[in-house]
Amino acid sequence: MDRSSRKAWLYLLPAAALLAVFLVYPVIDVLIYSFEEGFNFASQSYWGTGWYNYSYVLHDPYFLQAVQNTFVLVIITVPVSTGLALAISAALASIRPLRNLYQTIYFLPYVTNTLAVGLVFMVLFQKTEYTDGLVNLMLRWFGAGPIDFINGPHWAKMFVLCFYTIWVVMPFKILVLTGALASVNPDYYKAARVDGTSRTRIFFRITLPMIAPMLVYLVITGFIGAFKAYSDAVALFGTDLNAAGMNTIVGYVYDMLYGDSGGYPSYASAAAIILFVIVLTITCINLLISRRVSEGGVHIQ
Amino acid sequence: MNIKLVGLTKRFPARGKGTSGEVTAVDSLSFTVPDGKLVGLLGPSGCGKSTTLNMICGLETPTAGQIFFGEEDVTAAPPELRGVGMVFQNYALYPHLTVLQNITFPLENLKGDKKLSKAEMRRRAVETARLVQIEDLLDRKPRELSGGQQQRVAIARALVKTPRVLLLDEPLSNLDARLRLQTREEICKIQRATGITTIFVTHDQEEAMSISDHIVVMKNGVLMQQGEPQQVYDDPANLFVAKFLGTPPINVFDAAVKGGKLYLKGADAPVLDVPGVPDGPVWAGIRPEGFVPDGTGPVACALSRVEVLGRDVSIVCTHPACQADTIRAIIPSRNLVNAADPTVHFALKPDKVFLFDKADERRLPFALSGARR
Repeated sequence: MDRSSRKAWLYLLPAAALLAVFLVYPVIDVLIYSFEEGFNFASQSYWGTGWYNYSYVLHDPYFLQAVQNTFVLVIITVPVSTGLALAISAALASIRPLRNLYQTIYFLPYVTNTLAVGLVFMVLFQKTEYTDGLVNLMLRWFGAGPIDFINGPHWAKMFVLCFYTIWVVMPFKILVLTGALASVNPDYYKAARVDGTSRTRIFFRITLPMIAPMLVYLVITGFIGAFKAYSDAVALFGTDLNAAGMNTIVGYVYDMLYGDSGGYPSYASAAAIILFVIVLTITCINLLISRRVSEGGVHIQ
Repeated sequence: MNIKLVGLTKRFPARGKGTSGEVTAVDSLSFTVPDGKLVGLLGPSGCGKSTTLNMICGLETPTAGQIFFGEEDVTAAPPELRGVGMVFQNYALYPHLTVLQNITFPLENLKGDKKLSKAEMRRRAVETARLVQIEDLLDRKPRELSGGQQQRVAIARALVKTPRVLLLDEPLSNLDARLRLQTREEICKIQRATGITTIFVTHDQEEAMSISDHIVVMKNGVLMQQGEPQQVYDDPANLFVAKFLGTPPINVFDAAVKGGKLYLKGADAPVLDVPGVPDGPVWAGIRPEGFVPDGTGPVACALSRVEVLGRDVSIVCTHPACQADTIRAIIPSRNLVNAADPTVHFALKPDKVFLFDKADERRLPFALSGARR
C-alpha cells in the first residue's frame, strides 16, 4: 500500500467504521438469526439451525398476503408515479408564466407532515356515521358507490394505498425531473427546431435520452422505496395490518418482532432476508437493463 | 440566392423587475448578402450579431423589419421552411447519438413527398460526411471526437439537407489556436465547394478578415460598415471600425487640424498635410504600418523596445498624445532603428492615417496629395 492510498483509507475510516457497526454487522446478525430455529430473546438460546424459519415464513398466509400487497404496490406505483412526474415536469418546463407557483404547489406534499396527509386522506376516503367521505360524494354524482375504501373490499383499500403512495412520492420525482429537464442545454432544442423536428420527436429522441440517467435513478430508488413501504399502510389502515389484509413485507417483519403476534425474531429475520434478496435482485435487473439501454444507445427506428 | 435584411429590428423586454425600457439588440439593420458568398458578421460580444443570425434562421422573430431569401419574404416562416442549416457555437451534437445518427437526424424529419428511404438517408449522410472528411468516424459518439471533428460533424449535419443558407455561430471559438487556423481554411473550402450562401458570426476580426468575401461590422445592434475586408480595412467609415479591424490595432492620437495641417496634441510641428479637413480637434488613427522611420520625421516618440519578428520589426514606443499606453509601429526589418537611441522619429504614410470627428467619431476624409509612399 503506498502513501496516498493509505491516506485515502484513513479518510474513509470513520464512515467505514460507522457503516460496519450499524449496517454490515446487523445484516450479518440478521442472517445468522434467520438460521437459528426457535431463538428466544430472554434466554438467548435456540434449539437448532436450518431452513425452518424460511419454510415457516414462506408458508405463512399473512406473509404471502404481504408479499402480494407489496408487489402490487411496487408494480402500480413506480411506473405510474414516474410517468406522471415526467408528464408534469415536462409540462412545467414548457410553461413560462406561473411556473414557480406551480413548482411550489407540486412540491408542497414533500414538506407536509405525514399525519396531516393521512388526515386529508381520511377526509377524502373515510366512511363515518356522518359522511361517506369526499370521494364517495363525487362517486355518487356518477351514480356509483358508496365504497368503503378504508374497511371495505381489498381492491378498494389497495387503490387508496397506491393513490397515497403515488401522491407522496411524486413531489420528489417532479423536483428531480424538473432539474434534469432544466439542465438540458437549450441549444439541442434550437438545433432540433432548425431541422424542423416535431415536438413529440424532440421529446422522445432528445429530451428523454438526455434525462435517462435521472429516470433510471428514480425508478431504482422508487422500487426500493416501494418495497420498503410500511408507514403509509399504517397511517391509512392502523396497526393491525394483517387483519385488514393490507400488510406489507416490512410490516410483517415488524409484526413478527413487536406486534401482537410478535416475539419471533427468527421469523422476522428470515422475512427480512427474503425482502433483501428480492430488492437486490430487482435492483440488479434494473441496473443491467439501464446499462444496456445507455450503452446500446437509442437506435434509429 | 442572396439574403436581404431590411430594417431588421429586435427588441427584448426589460430583464427583471424595476428596470424599465426594452433592450434593443438589433436596430434597423439592413444589408444584402450576395449569392454564394461567405460573409462574416463581425462585432464585439453583445453587439447583436448572434441575434441577427437567430432571426435569419428563424429561431427569433424580429420586432420589425423583413428578411428576404432571394425574392421570397421569409420573415414569418418557421425555420424548417426556410432551408437553413445552422452550426451552433457549442456544436449541439446530440451526445447519445452516433455521428451517423446525428447527421441523418434532420433527414428523418422530412415528411410527405420529401420523405426519404433509409438507404437514401444513409447515402446522403455518408456523402456529406465525405465532404467534411469524417467518413471514418460515423459510428463514434460525439464525446469520442476532438473539437475539430465535432465541428465537422456539426457542419455535416447542417449541410445534409442541402440548405439554401448555411449559418455558423462563432464556429471557431471553441477550438485551440492551431486548429482554428486549419478549420477556418476548411470552412472556406467547404463553402467554395458547395457554393452555399454562408453567414458566420465572429468577434475575431482576424478570423473574419481572413476567410470572408464580405464583412459586416456591427456595434450595439447597429450596422457600422460593410464591404470587402480589404476595402473596410483601408477605408474605415468611423473610429470604431478603424479600431476594431487590424492586429496590432490602430494607434489613436489626440490631435487637431489647423489650416489643412494635422497637429498632434502637445506638439508644435505639423505631422501631415490634410487638405479639405475643417479646423478643429480630431482623433487621428495611424495604422502600425503607417509609420516610416525617418531621422527628420515630424513624429517624435520615446522608444520602449524593439521586437524583431523576422519579416518585420515591431517598434514599441510612447507618445503623450496617444490614447493607448504604447504605440506599435510595424516596419520592414531592413529599416533597423537604433535601439539605443531614446527617441525615434517617424514620418507618416498619408493613406494609413485616418481622421475622425471628435463628437460623432465619423471619418473625416482628406485628399491624398502627391505621390504615395
